[in-house]
Amino acid sequence: MARMATNRRVAISTVGAWLAGFLIFFPILWMVLTSFKTELEAFAIPPSFLFFHWTTENYATVQERSDYIHHALNSIIIAGGSTLIALLIAIPAAWSMAFSPTKRTKDVLLWMLSTKMMPPVGVLVPIYLIWRDFGLLDSLTGLVIILCLGNLPIVIWMLFTYFKEIPKDILEAARMDGATIGRELIYVLTPMAIPGLASTLLLNLILAWNEAFWTLNLSTLNAAPLTVFIASYSSPEGLFWAKLSAASTLAIAPILVLGWFSQRQLVRGLTFGAVK
Amino acid sequence: MATRQTQLLARTLLTPAVALLFVWMIVPLALTIYFSTLHYNLLDGDTQQFVGLENFRYFLTDPAFLASLQNTLVLVGSVLGLTILLGIPLALLLDQPVIGRSFVRLMVIAPFFVMPTVSALVWKNLLMHPVSGLFAWIAKSFGLTPIDWFNDAPLFAIILIVTWQWLPFATLILLTALQSLDEEQKEAAEMDGARALSTFVYITLPHLARPITVVILIETIFLLTVFAEIFVTTGGGPGLQTTNIAFLIYSQALIQYDIGSASAGGLVAVVIANIVAFFLVRIVGRNLEA
Amino acid sequence: MGQITLQDVQKSFGPVHIIKGANLDISDGSFVVFVGPSGCGKTTLLRLIAGLEDVTGGSILIDGKNVVDVPPAKRGLSMVFQSYALYPHMSVRGNIAFGLKMAGLPKAEINRKVEAAAATLNLTPYLDRKPRELSGGQRQRVAIGRAIVREPKAFLFDEPLSNLDAALRVQMRLEVTRLQKQLATTAIYVTHDQVEAMTMADKIVVLNAGRIEQYGTPLELYEKPANLFVAGFIGSPKMNFVNGAAAAKYGAATIGVRPEHLRIARDGEGWPGKIAVAEHLGSDTFLYVDAGALGTLTARHVGELDLSAGDDIVLSPDPSRIHRFDKDGNALRS
Repeated sequence: MARMATNRRVAISTVGAWLAGFLIFFPILWMVLTSFKTELEAFAIPPSFLFFHWTTENYATVQERSDYIHHALNSIIIAGGSTLIALLIAIPAAWSMAFSPTKRTKDVLLWMLSTKMMPPVGVLVPIYLIWRDFGLLDSLTGLVIILCLGNLPIVIWMLFTYFKEIPKDILEAARMDGATIGRELIYVLTPMAIPGLASTLLLNLILAWNEAFWTLNLSTLNAAPLTVFIASYSSPEGLFWAKLSAASTLAIAPILVLGWFSQRQLVRGLTFGAVK
Repeated sequence: MATRQTQLLARTLLTPAVALLFVWMIVPLALTIYFSTLHYNLLDGDTQQFVGLENFRYFLTDPAFLASLQNTLVLVGSVLGLTILLGIPLALLLDQPVIGRSFVRLMVIAPFFVMPTVSALVWKNLLMHPVSGLFAWIAKSFGLTPIDWFNDAPLFAIILIVTWQWLPFATLILLTALQSLDEEQKEAAEMDGARALSTFVYITLPHLARPITVVILIETIFLLTVFAEIFVTTGGGPGLQTTNIAFLIYSQALIQYDIGSASAGGLVAVVIANIVAFFLVRIVGRNLEA
Repeated sequence: MGQITLQDVQKSFGPVHIIKGANLDISDGSFVVFVGPSGCGKTTLLRLIAGLEDVTGGSILIDGKNVVDVPPAKRGLSMVFQSYALYPHMSVRGNIAFGLKMAGLPKAEINRKVEAAAATLNLTPYLDRKPRELSGGQRQRVAIGRAIVREPKAFLFDEPLSNLDAALRVQMRLEVTRLQKQLATTAIYVTHDQVEAMTMADKIVVLNAGRIEQYGTPLELYEKPANLFVAGFIGSPKMNFVNGAAAAKYGAATIGVRPEHLRIARDGEGWPGKIAVAEHLGSDTFLYVDAGALGTLTARHVGELDLSAGDDIVLSPDPSRIHRFDKDGNALRS
């Protein structure tokens, strides 16, 4: 702000912003609080906000049930695996389009974007049948493949917009300095691209971790990640709110931390560079 | 960069990505089109019979289709309206000098990172439960009758949950756009004698036109296929009250095992999404030129 | 050694011909400036010599050897970019050393050379800083340091001073010229600023629309411009051009007179006019004169002149300094 803001103005906007922020964050806060209650207290009316008997017993229970760890591991493998493979395919492609563009580059990019527009439900039937015939249903491989393909356009786009920002001059300077293409990649491009690579990695981990269409439809037990595991709490016989809250808190905590780190990149990644 | 050597290398490096995405786009789509012309039910064994456009006729005249189309439109429209109407003031507020702004930002953005199944269940049980939910308690404290959200206003309940998930996205994009607004432009307007309200109407709002369009298009793409929230809360019910097109296709394919009809529905969904995508791709493409 | 010869060098991007056959002979150790309006192809020509673009036709000889198929890294040239193109993640030392490291020189030798270059350019105190911690002028010096440390056959400069403010530009102009003379290395320097070209060059190449219009020393260009384009481009303020009867009197389609070669008088023989704007700089006086059918003429007088806007005056060209051109714009020599 170029002008000095008056104290009154700061006070009003601060109170307003904190109030709005608190309201929006409240469901998450409430979930975390509930996860430290006993099942009885979680259910009690009137609810207690802070003065209840704090317990970590729900977390212990959730940890003890080996299926939680099983599903958490699945989430890590699926999100991590699909993101890494997508990066391996996307880095050369984005490099090529950013630094050696042709007349058709723009069309190729927009076509890639349009594949992301395809509603997953439009191809649910054939994918389900192909996966069934190849024995990929409820397998980690099957989920890694589908999430990798689903996110590939976003990965390429994000990397492309980051690579685009690296001035071509610098790569040419390296070439004039006698660097071969390989050394130019190692010594000049990679160090300059690391921030962009890191944020692309983060955003896609988040997207893959939270993906809940293909995971719900293509996995049931063995390969089921946390999204599916949490969904199993929706059955009416399992009204264990405190345990549901504990499991949920564990499921979203790591991604919340990653998400907070990558909030700026989120805008760029999800708008395909249309808003920066 | 423009030497033959580097260009050849570039083409080679681009090929795997293009090939994969091409297969990923073409094969399932072709199969969907193929299946949509068959009478094909997994429960009938492997009998497949060509029926032409029969599946489309069946799908499009099914009362469930009209109901789910209406639900889809209401869901998309309401969430879009709510996220933008709430997102603009919220973004304007966060653009003000606020003590501890980055912490407030973190709180506002958080819901976007919560997996859909978690947010749906937390809202359904902890907040919206007609007896033990927090909302019920608040209503009772004010002497009102608690709302049984998922029986009395199931679609509205879903709209609330989805709005909560997408409000951070709209806010964050609008805030990013606001922060890129040239401070000097606002000062010039002030020098021209514009008051806060006219600065907002004539300077800020036009500047937000593009990000708002982007929010509308991208949210539409995702909102057309809202699935997990319905799957874990209402299962499409009661009756068809919360069945949207995505959920309808899912239930025809994986509950009734009617492959032909589900494929026809899938194509309808593709067509609807493509209408939106057409505009989004144009906006993004224009941005590439700059 | 660094003798560079261009033989019918051509470059097209698709159907667009950027360079339409350039022939040029740059002798070892000379400072050659490519000058021309934007879009004339000067930067493209430099990039062709560097090897950053492929030629469409013709050959480029460095010390007699055709290098059109040699990658830039192997041509033994170094380049200073308009944007400086410093490696942002490396220190000043790393930036200057990079080329030597790529060439596989031993560490001790790299250090010795880097420090010598830094001393020449007054960069010693900044060796361990990152480029973003430097001022514009210092970054410029690092870019030059990176170029000289490799002891190339020739330096290529692509508008290196255009991002500096006016005062610094004058200072760096001097430094670059002095350094080049001291190292006696061939230099090719691209600029759109004809003052830079005139002050720095041993020889100037004037380019227009992909063609070399004239190649010569600064004074040759000033005194004997080959055509209307060169006459109008070199010299500041611009040369006055007069057509019609006034030109026919001298047996030409167009005649040109530089502002400094117009005699200014209150009355007498010559071209009468009214002063539209008078600029008094102390050292010089510039008059912009409305001369009726002849259009606006610019006149320069060294020192102060007591005239102001609205005054009626008469301008008369110095007959020995009149440039005559035929109807195609080419110079007529008597």
